[in-house]
Amino acid sequence: MLEIKNLHVKLEEEDKQILKGVDLTVETGKVHAIMGPNGSGKSTLSYVLSGRDGYVVTEGSAELEGKDLLEMETEERASEGLFLAFQYPVEIPGVSNMTFLRTAVNSQRKARGEEEMSAGDFLKLVRERAKSLKIDADMLKRPVNMGFSGGEKKRNEILQMAMLEPKMCILDETDSGLDVDAMKLVAEGVNALRNEGRSFLVITHYQRLLNHIKPDVVHIMADGRIVKTGGPELALEVEENGYADILAEAV
Amino acid sequence: MAALTRKETMAQQRRAQAAERLAAMAVPAVSSWSKAPRDAARARLLDMGLPHRRDEYWKYTDPTSLAQPEPVEAATFDPQETLIFAQHERLHLVFSDGVFDAEASDPLEGEGIEIARLAEAETADIHWAQDLYGTLEARGQQPVNRPLAALNSALAQDGVLIRVTGQVERPVHITYLRRDTASDVILHHVVKVEPGAKITLLENGPAAARLNTCLEVDVADGAAFHHIRAQGRDHERRAACHMFARLGEKSVFKSFTLTVNGVLTRNEAVIEFTGDDAVAHIAGAALGEGDYLHDDTVFITHDAVNCESRQVFKKVLRKGARGVFQGKILVKDGAQKTDGYQLSQALLLDDDAEFDAKPELEIYADDVACSHGSTTGAIDEEALFYLLSRGISKGEAGNLLVLAFLAEAIEEIEDDELASEITERLSGWLSRHSKD
Ligand SMILES: Nc1ncnc2c1ncn2[C@@H]1O[C@H](COP(=O)(O)OP(=O)(O)OP(=O)(O)O)[C@@H](O)[C@H]1O
Ligand SMILES: [Mg+2]
Repeated sequence: MLEIKNLHVKLEEEDKQILKGVDLTVETGKVHAIMGPNGSGKSTLSYVLSGRDGYVVTEGSAELEGKDLLEMETEERASEGLFLAFQYPVEIPGVSNMTFLRTAVNSQRKARGEEEMSAGDFLKLVRERAKSLKIDADMLKRPVNMGFSGGEKKRNEILQMAMLEPKMCILDETDSGLDVDAMKLVAEGVNALRNEGRSFLVITHYQRLLNHIKPDVVHIMADGRIVKTGGPELALEVEENGYADILAEAV
Repeated sequence: MAALTRKETMAQQRRAQAAERLAAMAVPAVSSWSKAPRDAARARLLDMGLPHRRDEYWKYTDPTSLAQPEPVEAATFDPQETLIFAQHERLHLVFSDGVFDAEASDPLEGEGIEIARLAEAETADIHWAQDLYGTLEARGQQPVNRPLAALNSALAQDGVLIRVTGQVERPVHITYLRRDTASDVILHHVVKVEPGAKITLLENGPAAARLNTCLEVDVADGAAFHHIRAQGRDHERRAACHMFARLGEKSVFKSFTLTVNGVLTRNEAVIEFTGDDAVAHIAGAALGEGDYLHDDTVFITHDAVNCESRQVFKKVLRKGARGVFQGKILVKDGAQKTDGYQLSQALLLDDDAEFDAKPELEIYADDVACSHGSTTGAIDEEALFYLLSRGISKGEAGNLLVLAFLAEAIEEIEDDELASEITERLSGWLSRHSKD
C-alpha cells in the first residue's frame, strides 16, 4: 500500500535535515504503529506524505499503491486515498463542519470520476457516523473545529476519515488529549474501518492505544530514521523501559 | 500670504467647476415644492465646490471621474442582472438608464404604503416628501462636506418617494437596468417609515455608466427599515451612492450592500440616532479584481441614549484591486450607554491588492462601549492545507475560505432567503474568477 524508501527531508526555510533516510512499507490491510521520542520526525513524515509546503525532499521516494506520492498535489493524494488525522486539527472559522465534510466527500468523488453524493444520502450517512463517535448535531453545524475541546477535535478527525473512507490512514497522535472513554470511541471508530483493503499508520506515544487498535507491526523512529521494527511486543517494551535501550542498540 | 492666496484660488476654481458641473446637466424643470430644496442644494454645492483628491475625505479615492462635467463611458455587461431577488413576492420597480419604465414596473400601490415617482410627485402637493427631500442630505453635510450628494439633490432626474404606514411584508424592489454605454444618471429616493411601520427595500443593477444616488431614510419611532443592495456587475461602471438615515426612538435600520465588479464605487452612509434605544446595522461585502476601487465611507452619529450601531465591512481583493474604508463613530455628549461596533477587514488574495482603512472613534460621553477593528490579511495557509488534505481542490478550498471570511457581513442579512441569494451571487463570482 505505502512504500517509503530512503526518504530524506529538509526544511525549506533553513538548512535543517529532519528525515534522514526513512524506510517503511505498510502492506495492504495491515496496521503499523510508529513510536518514537519527541522531535524524532513522526509528524514531519506524515506532513511530507500529505504534501505540506515548507519541506524539501532531497532523496528517496514514497509511493501509494505504486504511484509516486511526492509528484502529486495534496488534494490528489487525498483523492488517491491518503488520509492524515492531524496531531493538531485546524480551526476554520466561517466554514461549517457539515459543508466541509460534504465538499470533501464530493470533491474526492469528482476527482475519481464518481457521481456526487446526494444531499439526502450524505446527511443520512454523516448522522449515522457522527452518532457512533458521539458527535452531536451542534458540532456538525459549528464551524470546523471552532471551540471544540481537544478530544472533540480528535473525534472529528475520525469522523472525516469515516466519511472519506480512505485506503491509507495516517493517525498522528490521535490518542493524545483523549480521556479513557473517548479513546475507546476513537479506537472503535478506527477498528470499524479496518478491512483487507485499508491500511493504517498509527503514530502514538502510548502503548495504551495499541491495546485497542492492535497493530501488526511496530516501528521505532528516532532522529529522522526508523531504527527498529518488530511486533506488538515492541510497544510494550517501550512502555516499560523507554527508548534508551533501543536507541543505544541502534547506534 | 501666498498659501492663503493659493487656497483662495483653489476654492474659486472649485466653485467654477461646480458651476460647470451643474451647467453640464439638464436641470429638471420644476416649479413645485421641490424647487426650494433643489435650489438650496445647488447653493450648498456652489459653496462647497466639487470634491478633489486633495481633500482629506477623498485621500484614498480619486473623485475626478465622479465629479467631472463630462460623462464617462462604460461597456454594458450583465445580462443576468434582473435575476437576483426575482423569486420574491415584491413590488417591483424598474429604471432603465435612469428612466422609470412604467411598463416593466408594478403599479405604484400597495397595502400600508404610498409610493410615487419623484418626477411626477414634484408637481403634486406631497407634504411629507417636501419636509424630507434634501433635508437629511443637508444635515449630513456636517461635519464633513459631501458635495456629490448636494449635486444629487440639486439635479436628481428621478427617483421614488415611499411613505410606509404599515407593517409591509412585501419588499419594494428597484432594478436598475442600463443599455446606454454613456448614461449619466442621478437618482434620489426618499423613504419615510412612519411610527411602528416596517419595510424592506431591495436594489440591484448597474443603473448607469456613471451613477449618483441619494437615499434619504427617515425611520420614525418604533419603525424598521431593512435594505439590501446588490450593486451592478458592469466592470467599467462608476457609482457614488449616498445613504442618509435619521433614526427615531426604538427604531431599527439595517442595510447590507454587495459589490462585485465596477471600476469605481464610493458608498457613503450617514446615520444619525436622534431617539433612544435604536439600532443601526450597516454591512457590506465587496469583491473585486484588477481595475477596481471600492470605498465604504460611513459616519454614525450617536445623539441619543442606549443606541446600538454596528458596522461590518469585508472586502476581497486581488490583481491590483483596491479597497477603502473610512468609518467614524461620533458619540455626542449625553449619548450614554452607546454600543458602537465597527469592523473593517480585507482579504488580499495576492500581493498586488491594497486596502486603506481609516477607522475613527470620537467620544464625548463617558458611559459607552465602543470598539473598532481593522485588519488586512491573506488566506490562512494552515486552513488551506487542511482543506486540501481532505481532497478539496485549490480553487474550491480558496472559495470556501473567502466565503467564510465574508460570512460575518452576510450574517447581517436577517432574511435567510435573501442572504442565500447574496451568497449564491458571491459563489458564482468566485467560481468564475478562481479558474485563472
Ligand atoms: N517548520 C519547522 N521549522 C523548524 N523546525 C521544524 C519544523 N518542522 C519540524 N521541525 C523540527 O523537526 C523535528 C521533528 O519534528 P516533528 O514534529 O516531526 O516531531 P515528532 O516526532 O512528531 O514529535 P512529537 O512526538 O513531539 O509530536 C523537531 O526538532 C522540530 O522542531
Ligand atoms: Mg508529532
